[in-house]
Amino acid sequence: MIRDITLGQYYQTDSVIHRLDPRVKLMGTVLFIIALFLYKNPIGYILGILFLALVIKLSKVPFKFMVRGMKSILFLLLMTVIFNLFLTPGTEILRLWRIKITIEGLVLAVTMAVRLSMLIIGSSIMTLTTTPNNLTDGMEKLFGFLKIFRVPVHEVAMMMSIALRFIPILLEETDKIMKAQLARGADFESGNIIKKARAMVPLLVPLFISAFRRANDLAMAMEARCYRGGDGRTKMKPLKYKKRDYIAYIILFAFLAASVCLGRITMDIPGILMSNIGKAV
Amino acid sequence: MSHQIILDKVNYIYGAGTGRETHALKDISLVIDKGEFIGIIGHTGSGKSTLVQHLNGLMRATKGNIYYEGRDIYDRDYDMKSLRSEVGLVFQYPEHQLFEVDVLSDVCYGPKNLGLSKKEAELRAYDAIKSVGLSDEVILQSPFDLSGGQKRRVAIAGVLSMHPKVLILDEPTAGLDPMGRSEILGLIKKLQKESGITIILVSHSMEDVAEYVDRLVVMNEGSIVYDDTPKAVFSHYRELEEIGLAAPQITYVMQSVREAGIPVDTSASTVEEALTELLRVLKK
Repeated sequence: MIRDITLGQYYQTDSVIHRLDPRVKLMGTVLFIIALFLYKNPIGYILGILFLALVIKLSKVPFKFMVRGMKSILFLLLMTVIFNLFLTPGTEILRLWRIKITIEGLVLAVTMAVRLSMLIIGSSIMTLTTTPNNLTDGMEKLFGFLKIFRVPVHEVAMMMSIALRFIPILLEETDKIMKAQLARGADFESGNIIKKARAMVPLLVPLFISAFRRANDLAMAMEARCYRGGDGRTKMKPLKYKKRDYIAYIILFAFLAASVCLGRITMDIPGILMSNIGKAV
Repeated sequence: MSHQIILDKVNYIYGAGTGRETHALKDISLVIDKGEFIGIIGHTGSGKSTLVQHLNGLMRATKGNIYYEGRDIYDRDYDMKSLRSEVGLVFQYPEHQLFEVDVLSDVCYGPKNLGLSKKEAELRAYDAIKSVGLSDEVILQSPFDLSGGQKRRVAIAGVLSMHPKVLILDEPTAGLDPMGRSEILGLIKKLQKESGITIILVSHSMEDVAEYVDRLVVMNEGSIVYDDTPKAVFSHYRELEEIGLAAPQITYVMQSVREAGIPVDTSASTVEEALTELLRVLKK
């Protein structure tokens, strides 16, 4: 059920992308998203798709696996397409009773669908190829400069990695408590909303207690090992840029430059399409 | 004697179809009779917890059938809720499932789910609390203020108050001190003798089960390796070691005594039995 969500789940394999420094992947994702919003013509999108395809190929994550994760946001995608398709004013091409489709709407709907899918796939590649621990490490390093402004970067990163680590544990715990209460004749399914909400109490109370107990135990274990926050703390595996990371940066900036040069050329897509349709007719 | 639970070639596969499949149960066939006291023993990950969760329908077998009192529990019109009220399951660390403001209401949760009136539920709860040996003072206390052993008794009472015909306990002694352990196990034995319910005790400690159970089922990697009386099972102590288990220490003592040239019968599985046996041989 909850376990079926693959969007943003780490996919265990060994690839160049997996081995990249998490900072490169974070920066890459941000740059890719910026590039996406710069595009003004199809050339840009084609360039973006090619780049994405290359990264997917290199990451060795099956494309099927990514698409499966997309299912959960299919509804959002559909809504965007529908709204853009029917509610954009412009040159009419099709009319059914009071609903009309304009050429501008069609172009916008397609653009948005492509952009949104690329956005989601692009950012999910980062989480698919980076372990949560690595990711928070990367963020900590990347946002380290904020320490000057007294932002507790290390603490925030630590909280994030603990929170991420606790998700599977709490899922398992929920499953266990649910079964235990089912064994005592609990019924989580039938009844109206109020009855269902009441039925959750025997599940939520033990779950909260166990979350607090675990948090307490963890805090104790950390104190026992003299954890005292980020100051002067060294890492067992410090992040260090390697050759491949520099190469990745070069490729990234080349991609960004190409995006700016090619993707920014203004083209009147609806106009071109209209005139072509006109010629065909 | 009537067969109460019959398992016919039950298989269970974790994560079926994901590429990370684990075959947790392999062709398990087992017949459990009314009033038996069975111990299920096995190494961590041998499938014993998975097996007992099948007995009250919490997990559904990937393949195979389970019959309770002559009826197939996977029949479409089978009432799972009634099965769960008749086959009580006490999970590992059952005290983690307590949630009510006081002990009485928590123990009432099960009977109330059965549709009993408040009064009836409270009467049953009171009986159950008494039968697990808790005193009247704890009844209106918060379950979270009790000691670990007391909490566990409350949790066991919570299942007993549903008047199950079969009681399954998954590692009921885990994390208790020796005193708490023998108290809980003694309590279970008493329940079986007095009310005649079938008891299935899951454990990984031979010492725990040797003294109490009449029949011992040994599991390893999802299959049943031995299914016999404790004495007969412990005679295979070398094979047990190979699968990461061990016979009770007294079995080893008796083996050494025999190897030292004193002709004792090595089948004793408890200290008392060993004592009588040694005295018998020495008196001769």
